[in-house]
Amino acid sequence: MDLKKLEEIPKSYLKEILGALSKLEKLKKIPFFTGIHFKDAERDLSRKIESYKKVERDAKRAWKIVELSRNENRPQCLDYINGIFEDFVKLSGDRLTGEDKSIVAGLGKINGKTVAVIGHNKGKDIKQRLEYNFGMSIPQGYRKSQRIMQLADRFGFPIVTLIDTPGAYPALEAEDDGQASAIAKSILLMFEVKVPIIAILIGEGGSGGALALAVGNEVAMLENSTYSVISPEGCAAILWKNHSGTKLAARELRLTSRDMLRLKVIDRIIPEPIGGAQNAPGRMVKIVKKYIIGTLERFASIPGEELKSRRARKFESMGFFSTE
Amino acid sequence: MEKIKCKNCTKDIENEIFILNLWVCPYCNYHHYINARDRLQITVDSNSFIELGKNINSDDFLNFYDVKSYSVRLKETKLKTSLDEAVIIGEAKIEGNDVALGVMDFGFIGGSMGSVVGEKIKILSNYCIEKNIPLVIFCASGGARMQEGVISLMQMAKTVSSVNRVKESKIPYITIITNPTSGGVSASFATVADIIIAEPDALFCFAGPRVVKQTIKKNLPPDFGTSERNLKNGQVDMIVNRNELRSTLTNLLKLFKE
Repeated sequence: MDLKKLEEIPKSYLKEILGALSKLEKLKKIPFFTGIHFKDAERDLSRKIESYKKVERDAKRAWKIVELSRNENRPQCLDYINGIFEDFVKLSGDRLTGEDKSIVAGLGKINGKTVAVIGHNKGKDIKQRLEYNFGMSIPQGYRKSQRIMQLADRFGFPIVTLIDTPGAYPALEAEDDGQASAIAKSILLMFEVKVPIIAILIGEGGSGGALALAVGNEVAMLENSTYSVISPEGCAAILWKNHSGTKLAARELRLTSRDMLRLKVIDRIIPEPIGGAQNAPGRMVKIVKKYIIGTLERFASIPGEELKSRRARKFESMGFFSTE
Repeated sequence: MEKIKCKNCTKDIENEIFILNLWVCPYCNYHHYINARDRLQITVDSNSFIELGKNINSDDFLNFYDVKSYSVRLKETKLKTSLDEAVIIGEAKIEGNDVALGVMDFGFIGGSMGSVVGEKIKILSNYCIEKNIPLVIFCASGGARMQEGVISLMQMAKTVSSVNRVKESKIPYITIITNPTSGGVSASFATVADIIIAEPDALFCFAGPRVVKQTIKKNLPPDFGTSERNLKNGQVDMIVNRNELRSTLTNLLKLFKE
């Protein structure tokens, strides 16, 4: 067997392969061991190594998309708001304890109709990133979002959400203020409103913080955005116990838009300009605008009760399991 | 005589006394891990539990592989815990009161929520609506099951939608937060209940202490995420000792009846 092949497979798979190899070598030394055809066994092992090499390639591909989704030159929530909605008025505060800038919310017009827009904004340079806390929200942000959604519901304004967050902010104050409960309430409220909700993942769809804005009648993803239960870094730290598994985790988590469509987690992929949205931000904004207008038209004639029950049915049917 | 060491006060406890004291340290009242079967045993009227959704099993639909494959992990965990999944659901009586009951077990892949946990919470919700009986869930979970990728994240939405229909049907919904309840479970069905009870010493948070510590790069207060801190912060209704949970639940169920 060509041992050079082994250099190309991921470390976490290497142990298994080496184990199998040394077992084979041991068996070969037994004079009358005839239970295994060694040539067949070695061919199987070679095949396994080939498939694991593919894992590494897939991992690199997945990681490239993770990097694209985080590219700071991608259009962000505020770019879409400025480029798409007319007469936008930003609304602030949760009316309870404060204002969280990482979530931008307000009312604006598109195609002559008023809609509520809510999204995470990450910021572009370090000053902005600190101001918007890298798009990581605290309970005030989720409660502001709830307030605007309730407002939209009362006046029959459709809701458009733009999702771009590494995840909810893991901080002591946020925990003390009920981070878990704030996210859960946001999800709950999105099952109660009777207006269309269009959720668009524009960059990073990180965990519960993303889902808190993403319970849509339609959920769309920009081609190079990601959606994941945990960041590849976080996943690697827990399951691989080190950072070397980060790229592998990116593959294993299946976080690309194509994966999402295949798993029926999203309804649509919005194509990006060649090479990614960062190459032509203006065009990207126009593509998203066209998508929102078309989708709002599709939902316009559906009664509120129907929108609500469709949303519940859609999310309650998600999951893969076997029944005997 | 077999003994165990208390995790909190480190005193040796005779196994028999430990079990008779409901897996609570008799010297410091520290509430230790209790598995789902034992939890059922000490909570419901004897022989009243009828399990539901037994035929649903997890699937390694992503072929997820970290240091071992998800399908192997599932097989091993099933053998080790004698459980089929991280939650047991069914109908039961508590002091004669009918309830739809879910009990999670942290021993099953950290009580993590994947497709099966989501589906079972949905089945339980449908069942309690159909029978018009209160919904009670004992929570214990490290969060979403990473081995099911984004589908596990979607279970947060699925379970919230399910229990939301329970709430809309004007059926009381009570959760009991046990150690630990965090991540995807704490940010979904656990915290949208009408009444939230916490056991003493239960870690209850969204982000765990390790992650928070990494972010803020400071030591956390020793009571981070504890039931006591959550009570002070207004995140739970009450803290109830394990030996009093049955009577507290009974009392609440009776209040909702009239």
